[in-house]
Amino acid sequence: MKNDILKMQGVTKVFYTKTAQTVAVENLSLAVKEGEFVAIIGPSGCGKTTLLSLIAKLIEPTTGSILLSSNKKHAVGYMLQQDHLFPWRTVEKNVLLGLEVTKNLNYETKKYASDLLEKYGLGDFKKHLPSQISGGMRQRVALIRTLATNPDLLLLDEPFSALDFQTRLEVCDDVYSIIRRENKTTVLVTHDISEAISVADKIYVLSKRPAKVKKVFQCNLQEYTTPLKRRESEEFGKYFEEIYKCLNGADDEL
Amino acid sequence: MNFNEFSPMHLAYLKKQRTTKIVVHLLQVAFLLVFLGVWELATHLGWVDGFIFSSPSRVWKTLTDLFSQGDLIKHVWASTWETILGFFIGTVLGMLIAIILWWNDMVKRVFEPYLVVLNSLPKIALGPLIIIWAGTGKAAIVTMAVLISVVITALNMLVGFCQTEPSKILLMRTFKANKAQIFFKLVFPANIPNLLATLKINVGMSWVGTITGEYLVSKEGLGYLIVYGSQVFRLDLVMTCTIVLCLLAGLMYGSVALLEKSVKFDQ
Repeated sequence: MKNDILKMQGVTKVFYTKTAQTVAVENLSLAVKEGEFVAIIGPSGCGKTTLLSLIAKLIEPTTGSILLSSNKKHAVGYMLQQDHLFPWRTVEKNVLLGLEVTKNLNYETKKYASDLLEKYGLGDFKKHLPSQISGGMRQRVALIRTLATNPDLLLLDEPFSALDFQTRLEVCDDVYSIIRRENKTTVLVTHDISEAISVADKIYVLSKRPAKVKKVFQCNLQEYTTPLKRRESEEFGKYFEEIYKCLNGADDEL
Repeated sequence: MNFNEFSPMHLAYLKKQRTTKIVVHLLQVAFLLVFLGVWELATHLGWVDGFIFSSPSRVWKTLTDLFSQGDLIKHVWASTWETILGFFIGTVLGMLIAIILWWNDMVKRVFEPYLVVLNSLPKIALGPLIIIWAGTGKAAIVTMAVLISVVITALNMLVGFCQTEPSKILLMRTFKANKAQIFFKLVFPANIPNLLATLKINVGMSWVGTITGEYLVSKEGLGYLIVYGSQVFRLDLVMTCTIVLCLLAGLMYGSVALLEKSVKFDQ
């Protein structure tokens, strides 16, 4: 049995504004095991991004605890919706950004980043500017920028939502295979059911805001090696239907 | 670039682009020549009074006289030096103010209204005060040039800094970046186009500061010559200095534009 790398217990997050207070996340508990690919799915605006910000410790929970079992200083890698590559930096310099900021830039880490670029087909584009490469490639660069800091836990916030459907499927395959090969524990947040089923081992379905866990699905599609193959599998439709029902069902079925 | 790869139609397109560019330049030169010609002719034929309106030939004569007396270089140098000094001090100071205000939200919220008021205040109104405070020498003129460019620089840069994409800042924060890292790795580089645009504005601003400063106090410089010329009714001198001023400001603007071109990146 593998250890939990992340454990959230009874987490609540309240935001205050001039006119109102908003409960974004309420009494939420979840756990992620080492090497697991977890998808968190919920209706738009239900507080998914808040959840990732909490895990990344960008914001503090109002109540509850978030435990991360890692001895690294920068244990969490966070990939945002858009690539946010800096247009004045070359692909290579963009990838090194995280290492520079965390003051981990040395010969070995630089080589690691450079090897990742080579390995995932960007070796010839190191000296290119982001504007000179395609949207799918930019997303790959963004992932490698996150991986370069060698995090124990990878957070993905709808990383494909900015891409058109065709590219989206390709990049999803891409990213999935990179994550699997680098053997990273991953939490993906999305509102796209098919995307969640095509990559995840475990799917948490969240309710409307305030986000609570409605149900947890275990996906047994590991025999299919790529997201695309999973999408074509027989079981895919069954999972889709179940999750769709759960997602759109009344919240009081809890 | 390899022109062999271009199709005939593409080459024709490029040629047309080039022709248009040449035609524009030719027309620009032609306009200047026609303008000078009509001006000269008008004074010769007595349509306008050459004593009041001057003429290209009179300007040329004044220019060569000034040059041979060694006055031209002296005055041009004085004004240019004051302007460059005002330009650099104003830009650096304005930038520092913008950085401080960006850095500390509390400071920004307290001082922004003052900055906005200062920006709308015509700085020339401070002229008499500056003379009393900074004396009647070059210091007063440079102070004027600095005052005119510093506020607009601070405001422009601050707006730029604050408009840095929040999600890019979030990206930096996911790497646990501190404020200095966010500034030097993201906010500042992202604002280089903004900085260059501000530099362009400041060229004009510091010339305004220098010339108005020289109007008020000074014993040399183009502004001094213009005021002196108008007082003794030597309008040839006034016209000549104005034209030299045009050339100098154009030259300075041109160098900033050149700098901009050399650091441009694809956004």
